[in-house]
Amino acid sequence: MSDTRSLSFLSRCRRSRSFMVGGIMTAFLLVCAAISLFWTPGSAYDITIANRFLPPSADHWLGTDRFGRDIASMLMTGTQNSIVVAVVAVSIGLSMGVSLGLLAAARRGWTEEIIMRLSDFSFAFPAILSAIMLTAIFGPGGVNSILAIGLYNIPVFARLTRGSANAIWAREFVMAARASGKGRLRITFEHILPNILSIIIVQATILFAIAILAEAALSYLGLGTQPPEPSWGRMLNEAQTLMFLDPMQAVYPGLAIATAVFGLNLLGDGLRDILDPRLSRKR
Amino acid sequence: MSLLNVKNLSVILATNDGPARAVRDLSFSLNKGETLGIVGESGCGKSMAALALMGLLPELSETRGEILLDEENLLDKTEAEMCRIRGNRLAMVFQEPMTSLNPVHTVGNQIMEPLQLHLGLSESAAREEALHLMDRVGIPNPEARIDNYPHQLSGGQRQRVMIAIALSCKPDVLIADEPTTALDVTIQDQILELIQNLVQEDGMALILISHDLGVISENTDNILVMYGGAAVEKGGTEQIFNELVHPYTQGLFAAMPKLGRARTMRLVTIPGTVPDLINLPAGCTFTDRCPIATDICRNTPPPLEEIEPRHAVACHHLQEARSRKTEELFS
Repeated sequence: MSDTRSLSFLSRCRRSRSFMVGGIMTAFLLVCAAISLFWTPGSAYDITIANRFLPPSADHWLGTDRFGRDIASMLMTGTQNSIVVAVVAVSIGLSMGVSLGLLAAARRGWTEEIIMRLSDFSFAFPAILSAIMLTAIFGPGGVNSILAIGLYNIPVFARLTRGSANAIWAREFVMAARASGKGRLRITFEHILPNILSIIIVQATILFAIAILAEAALSYLGLGTQPPEPSWGRMLNEAQTLMFLDPMQAVYPGLAIATAVFGLNLLGDGLRDILDPRLSRKR
Repeated sequence: MSLLNVKNLSVILATNDGPARAVRDLSFSLNKGETLGIVGESGCGKSMAALALMGLLPELSETRGEILLDEENLLDKTEAEMCRIRGNRLAMVFQEPMTSLNPVHTVGNQIMEPLQLHLGLSESAAREEALHLMDRVGIPNPEARIDNYPHQLSGGQRQRVMIAIALSCKPDVLIADEPTTALDVTIQDQILELIQNLVQEDGMALILISHDLGVISENTDNILVMYGGAAVEKGGTEQIFNELVHPYTQGLFAAMPKLGRARTMRLVTIPGTVPDLINLPAGCTFTDRCPIATDICRNTPPPLEEIEPRHAVACHHLQEARSRKTEELFS
């Protein structure tokens, strides 16, 4: 029984082109980050002015930047940074947002009203603005940018969870569960959460991409990861002044960001098709 | 002293257009081992009355009166206390077996849950009991079925699972809200018979809600006919089928398709529609559709009067209603 189930799940994965392409792109990034933990082709930190602006070669696959650091190594190490920021920020949003959304749907009434109006309120500020505000108060840095992005994710998850949970609360099997004497807490974890899990997973994948983008944006503005830690966003910033001298300096980190965001979005799209076959049939 | 005693139960639902009086002054009692049938057309308050008994009405509603289960008023209970009563002493089978089971859990898990929750059985003991229950409700090969998901079972089997869940903790009262409406005609009888047998074996009381007089007549000891949220006629099943008194009961009966009736004859209908529960008429709610209504019906609500022991009818024109033949009333 469980064999046929997992088999059909795998075959559905294989049939979804966006899932496969997105999965490969995401896996590539993960592998890069993992390898960079032990080994990079050059050094992402060593500044050797004599080696600056070297063209791509066997020693420096993508050349060097204006401080003579190896670009390929900086990109690989920067992947770690992007992934850590995105994982932590999405986890913050996921845990807080999903709990708040479930609470709002289970309690209704004033609790729901307060949680949702607070979400609306925080939605009214553009994410990047509130991130700038936070870093302005607490100072720039990796941790603060993670917090800022994580906070922005909370209302996104809270809204999504509340909406889908309310739809499940209205279903007959919830009424049947109540008739068999289950309290709201039990129903939330046994009936509501399992039924909205796939929606939350898909949303998390997409927000993962947005978090990477947001981290790059904050670092680009100098509010995120601080030197000497390599970061895609800051590499873009540094390449900006060299646009006409050495345009490839901007192209590489740009490509890295694009790959990550595109890959994760494809993955999320593919997951949605796989986890919810009803949606894909409608298209 | 009866097991379940409902006194003047009223349910008022808050709607956008104002309060809707879904159930008005409903009273009945039920002894151990007895079966009560509640009949009426859609929107007459049958299901609302059932949900009120379970304490599962929507949040924006008000319940008045008394629901005494073993002399304890359920309306005074807190939500936590009601959680211990629901599924344990009062259980319910719903109309729609297709959607009443959670699609992401196996049926076995769903049968085991109330056992673990109310009776405190261990995982393995609950599984044993679940297998036994599945066997009792007539699911073939329970060992193979227990790990199935709801979508792998047929509608009839799912309703059997729902019954197994409802009966798992041997409740005192089982409420079956149109348990066979969504099922195939061939399955309907089996399911009703099953409920009947299980209820008798365990000595439970059963409230069977249906709009189908045929279902009610075969499976109940007492009948309560509801119209517009209130009881219009109640009595023993035999008493009522011997003499249908209230014009509405007569209309319901006349509207049933009958075998052997000429094919060219149209089905009898009761003209008009159910009253608007928000703007109920001052008098008898059936006035607008009643063939024998007069001015007094329009202005004064009729009291529920006993015409013989245990058989009560709410109608101003008892004499005329009793003298009429059912067939001529609505043709």
